Amino acid sequence: MTDAIVLAVVAPLLGALAALAAGTRWDRSGWLVAAVTCVVELLLAGVVLATVLQAGRRSYELAGFAPPAGIELVADGLSAPVLGLVAAVALAVLAYARQAGPRGNAFYTVYLLLVAGLAGITLTGDIFNMYVFLEVTGLAAYALVASGDSARSAVASLKYLIVGTVGASLFLLGAAYAFIATGTLNMVDLAARLPEAGYGSRLVLAAFALLVVGLLVKIALFPVHSWQPEAYASAPDSVSALIAALVSTVSAYALARVLLTVFTVDFFAAVPAARDAVVYAAAVSIVAGSALAVMQSDIKRMLAYSSVSQFGMVVAGFAMVSSTATTGGLIHLVGHAVIKGGLFAAAGIVAVRTGGRTVDDYAGLVGRAPVAAAAVGVLGLALVGVPPSVGFVGKWYVAVGAVQEGLWPVAAVILVSTVLTLAYVARVIERMYFAEPVAETDSTGSDPADPPGLSGVSTDGGPVVSPGMVAAVVLAAVVAVALGFAGGAFETLLGPTLAEVFPA
Amino acid sequence: MIELLATRYNYVGAVLLMAAGLYLVVGDRNLVKKVIGMNLFQTGIFLFLITAAFVSGGAPPVAEEGVETYVSPLPHVLVLTAIVVGVSLSAVALTLVVRIYSEYGTLREDLIAELETEGDD
Repeated sequence: MTDAIVLAVVAPLLGALAALAAGTRWDRSGWLVAAVTCVVELLLAGVVLATVLQAGRRSYELAGFAPPAGIELVADGLSAPVLGLVAAVALAVLAYARQAGPRGNAFYTVYLLLVAGLAGITLTGDIFNMYVFLEVTGLAAYALVASGDSARSAVASLKYLIVGTVGASLFLLGAAYAFIATGTLNMVDLAARLPEAGYGSRLVLAAFALLVVGLLVKIALFPVHSWQPEAYASAPDSVSALIAALVSTVSAYALARVLLTVFTVDFFAAVPAARDAVVYAAAVSIVAGSALAVMQSDIKRMLAYSSVSQFGMVVAGFAMVSSTATTGGLIHLVGHAVIKGGLFAAAGIVAVRTGGRTVDDYAGLVGRAPVAAAAVGVLGLALVGVPPSVGFVGKWYVAVGAVQEGLWPVAAVILVSTVLTLAYVARVIERMYFAEPVAETDSTGSDPADPPGLSGVSTDGGPVVSPGMVAAVVLAAVVAVALGFAGGAFETLLGPTLAEVFPA
Repeated sequence: MIELLATRYNYVGAVLLMAAGLYLVVGDRNLVKKVIGMNLFQTGIFLFLITAAFVSGGAPPVAEEGVETYVSPLPHVLVLTAIVVGVSLSAVALTLVVRIYSEYGTLREDLIAELETEGDD
């Protein structure tokens, strides 16, 4: 069943073309085409996941050229769950976007291109191919951010584009260095040939630094996060939910691939400074992101800075190169995607219901939008890491990994970050449940008219909250809690892959 | 230094292009110049890759009779792909620039930031 692996990349690409083609004939066909494609994608991801569970690592040779010369697509314990996440979130956000907008066949085409790019990054086993898919994802993401009504989103998108391109170019330069050092671009082959070039050689070290820094720009770790808050805050709500849940997530997965599959444990044993550099950079990001999030008054900006912090946690998990921490990194990667996507979607519902966009606007929200308030409450607590939510499980594994590796400062940072996360989440929950609603006449803080560019809702007939929007948010909240019981399942799935990566 | 310039001038050129591009991206306030800087930065990388593929005395990588040594063809393929990516990025970037200009009437980053804060009040 290796065909499903390549189809998972090809299906959304074809869907994107179909959405554009059908749009020339039928005006409102885009959503339907996208929905069918996303359902197919989810089925394919299910097949890939089942295959990996049954038979372990599977790969597909593109056009029949055998690797390392040819490009291969790889499904294993690391890539299969991420592919499942991409497919599931894409479908859920699509259900949300039907009412929340933006509409139009071009939007759905770019939406599917983004899914294709994400699936490509997830599955590829070739470092240059990964660069191409990074840029496909990037291009689609820039266009989606700019699909907001105002020019503010265009400015944010251009900033995202320029910073993102520099990041991807650094990744390309890193791939070039790795190629010059070894003469190959296939990840598994690179892992075998890098020791021949010498782990301590300048070429290999330069390749490592450039690949990692390039991906950190894409993940938006502090201090190279500058593109991210404005892009998330000014994009339409559905786009914020999709991008916040998937784009940085898959970039972080790409980092895990580069660290664990290409450079492997042996590299970090030979060059311990490389591991420490990435782990401490991630630790700084955890603290700085939380601190910046606490200072925000706009909900979407707060959530965006929170991502800077949470991805610090994920990167720390991967960069500690231990079995436990990597499991934690993957669980937190998936968990954060569900939580943050759900929170952005809930913020969109609140904005439609009440016009509230700032923390102060959330005062007394439980009376006006009880379901959205409950979802924000559950997802917020999951973000803090209250058991039994998935946020707790991920952080637990990462923290235990840090202790096992003797990285006490990192373990301390993770504990402190929980308090910091609580600082900005508790503020919102307190306003929602215990504060009196702001009087409607008070025009300073609760002006229901959206600031330009913040509205992701087309205004024909007034914005309405559809059942699809509510369902997507409630589903996210339920999954965020349910995944908390799935720590064992992740270990089963990852077990064989990790056994290869970390030989005992 | 002279020897470096005489024998490795391609690498020097690549570094200069990348540095100039990065300086434009970071230092210039004009959005179009930022996009140009982004392109220069990528071009530097392309030059670097092509130079790395060069084999002394090698022929262009098109199979011919009687030719033994070719330059490495793979980097050429990579650069070709990367150029396509770069062109798409420029197209999207310039589209955004057009939209920003039609809204704000300026291409200067600092003036746009001012107009945005005014809009928020």
